[in-house]
Amino acid sequence: MTPLEQLTASARDLLPPEAVITDAARLRTYECDGLAHYRVTPGLVVIPRDKHQLAAIVRCCAELGVPYVARGAGTGLSGGALPHAEGVLVVTSKMRTIREVRPEDQRAVVEPGVINLDVTRAATPYGYYYAPDPSSQLVCSIGGNVAENSGGAHCLKYGFTTNHVTGVEMVTPDGDLVRLGGDAPDTPGYDLLGAVVGSEGTLGVVTEVTVRLTRLPEHVVTVLAGFDSTDRAGGAVSAIIAAGIVPAAIEMMDALAIEAAEAAVQCHYPPGAGAVLVIELDGSRAEVEAEYDDVVRLCRGNDAFEVRTATDAAERALIWKGRKSAFAAVGRISPDYIVQDGVIPRTALPEVLRRIAELAESSGESGVRVANVFHAGDGNLHPLVLFDDTVHGAGEAAEEVSRAILDLCIEHGGSITGEHGVGADKAAHMPKMFGPDDLDTMQLVRCAFDPAHVSNPGKVFPTPRLCGEAPGRRKGAHPLQEAGLAEVF
Amino acid sequence: MVPDSVDGRVASASERIGTTASIDGVAAGTVVAPTSTDEVAAVLREAAAEQQTVVVQGAGTKLTWGLPPRSADVLLDLSGLDQVVEHAAGDLIATAQAGTPLTVLQAHVGGAGQRLLLDETVPGTTVGGALATNASGPRRLVAGTVRDLLIGVTFVRADGVVARAGGKVVKNVAGYDVGKLLVGSFGTLAVVTEATFRLHPVPPATRWLTAHVASPADAQRLVQSILGAQVVPAAIGVAFSPAGASLSLLLEGRADGVDARVEAARELLPGSAVSDTGPDGWGTYPWDLSATGDDRAVALKLTFRLSGLADVLAATDGFRVTGSAGAGVLYAAVPGEDPAWVAATVARLRAVCAGHGGSVVVVDAPAAVKQAVDVWGPVPGLDLMRRVKDEFDPDHRLAPGRFVGGI
Repeated sequence: MTPLEQLTASARDLLPPEAVITDAARLRTYECDGLAHYRVTPGLVVIPRDKHQLAAIVRCCAELGVPYVARGAGTGLSGGALPHAEGVLVVTSKMRTIREVRPEDQRAVVEPGVINLDVTRAATPYGYYYAPDPSSQLVCSIGGNVAENSGGAHCLKYGFTTNHVTGVEMVTPDGDLVRLGGDAPDTPGYDLLGAVVGSEGTLGVVTEVTVRLTRLPEHVVTVLAGFDSTDRAGGAVSAIIAAGIVPAAIEMMDALAIEAAEAAVQCHYPPGAGAVLVIELDGSRAEVEAEYDDVVRLCRGNDAFEVRTATDAAERALIWKGRKSAFAAVGRISPDYIVQDGVIPRTALPEVLRRIAELAESSGESGVRVANVFHAGDGNLHPLVLFDDTVHGAGEAAEEVSRAILDLCIEHGGSITGEHGVGADKAAHMPKMFGPDDLDTMQLVRCAFDPAHVSNPGKVFPTPRLCGEAPGRRKGAHPLQEAGLAEVF
Repeated sequence: MVPDSVDGRVASASERIGTTASIDGVAAGTVVAPTSTDEVAAVLREAAAEQQTVVVQGAGTKLTWGLPPRSADVLLDLSGLDQVVEHAAGDLIATAQAGTPLTVLQAHVGGAGQRLLLDETVPGTTVGGALATNASGPRRLVAGTVRDLLIGVTFVRADGVVARAGGKVVKNVAGYDVGKLLVGSFGTLAVVTEATFRLHPVPPATRWLTAHVASPADAQRLVQSILGAQVVPAAIGVAFSPAGASLSLLLEGRADGVDARVEAARELLPGSAVSDTGPDGWGTYPWDLSATGDDRAVALKLTFRLSGLADVLAATDGFRVTGSAGAGVLYAAVPGEDPAWVAATVARLRAVCAGHGGSVVVVDAPAAVKQAVDVWGPVPGLDLMRRVKDEFDPDHRLAPGRFVGGI
């Protein structure tokens, strides 16, 4: 028997029959996550109902040396939950209990398969919500959010998953259940929780998550401002930041993204706009009103030709509809597209947008276009690279433009991913952003948690580090001489 | 040994730290004062080759926190790495070397109306010292601690290899967040030489409301009513001592907004005084920061769920206590003359805090107390922490013994 066959036999002993999937057709339904052009049929799928079942499976994997990949709702956009052909896909979708909602402690305790928005729904009756709001929050799971350190439009003001998770219980790659953090802040010892959040399932699988609940704001105002160009809109963003205002969100869309949204959802954004900003202010009513006056003045001062304000939920939903539909909407104006995710220092926005436009133009005959949708407040770009796969060479040209956009981000001191993660998709880009010693050091953490490399192998890092290599045992010249530093002091 | 040519610097570094070339009673060997990341790397490579232990200090204001190191062959003084490297005001980020005093960084970015949103709980603290201890004050309520503000870090490993993690942009999920591991690690994993932070704008208006509170239960009731209201506090400080008890609410924002919120908050805190400055002792600890050696009080950090505030305040009755009532963190100063009594007291408080999901750490104490008390207390995940330590510092030469579980 192969290790996978042995594991399958063990899984049938450990889990009820319906929780172990071996049928080829059903296995194929798990072959990809939200990044559908990477496909691998998993060797086995298990759907544990609780942490004990999950831990037992991982323990078997550890004993047999079988790799495993955790998957929540499968909405990830970097192939982080791409299965392993000789491994197990551990699906947390049946672990969906909200265990506790305690407004008096500003905490909720949930299982990893709980949908992001359901945490907010459970907390809203008490006047609270869960702040991280990835665009997929209707369907994505908290476990996946922890793995990816998910952000969202409102993380400009409220931070990311890592700022809102205070504790987890997780299964280590050895199959042990361990608690990191908890209800209270600053658990003594190393901040392992800080390392686990955003580690893309490579350090273990969370089985329970304690999240911070945030007080629902008293007042929310959403402003839609139309500008001639992205430069003018960018000027308004700079002015708002310079005025010391931190809105809950500042989103920008360029003309092509507006065209797509208009075609898809008739959001009635200002006609003829070269760019729109969606600016949301929230907090106490008095504070929001004070900020609102400044925001409108600063938009107009930067030549906004139209400013609309939404003060109730229905009006706000209308403004957000265009922005939130943008990714799907480009399907209306282009048969194929790639969603990119990169980050630049916000002030580099005008320069980077110009360079992106040049990249699209230089792709020539292939007809590649780029629609820009981004979190303008924190420089997180989501360029949508549009192409027609039936045009010869267009797919390759689009991929080239998409890659070049990441290079632009690195060149400007930014990041290859702001919220989608590295996963399978961008592991090859990591050496462009980090040096060998940086990657080697990150993998020291990997070696501490998972020396056998069974937890989501092949993700995040382009080449695995062989654990057990002793750092610091360097041979050769005296290190001070070697570095030419012997006389520095 | 450290190269002779370092000696010229050793003298000046020794002067800077005064005559006590020791760390909480442990005699330090050579004091080395590099001025760049490359020089720190050279020192650490040399120390690795010689199998020397290394303890790092910035301004030395919190060097006695935690347990004393088992040895300190090299005292690495980073106060010479004192430059603000970059401030990109439009991007709300700044990079500073580890030895930069927080006040210098704040003054630098303050010129553009910005700040690192962190209380300087011990005057004189450096960037590196704040990172190593994750020290925080009541302003943590909104933006968290320095853990949440750090976005990029350059550090030197025990083997002298220079590495970095994170970057210069606030939003970044590329690779592991090694910076978070280093925050609060008390110099036991690596030596941070440079750090990049996200900044926040300095709000135009700032007001404190301070009111007397009658009892621990009263404090909890008021804190819950403030958190449940819509006054959006920037911090909620609490101060209990035998002389009296008070609760302070910090409101920040635009002038019109703050004025309106002050009015709303006064209803929540009847009889409160409104001021443009914080109450005495705001943002610092309840113990005497200038006391050294056996004169030190036993300095405790207590954490708990917000609903445990009253119980924890009641359990610390009779001590000087301050803290962040909105975040579930209190500090207490406990007399240190009788180590056995301290051990019993800490055990009693640990039971209370553990019952509310939290913990008690002995931040600092006289030597006899540190010997008698479990300074760090129970630590979940200790096995994984040891494995992390073994990967980063396999010979256990960085601040050995200072941290949890003898790490």
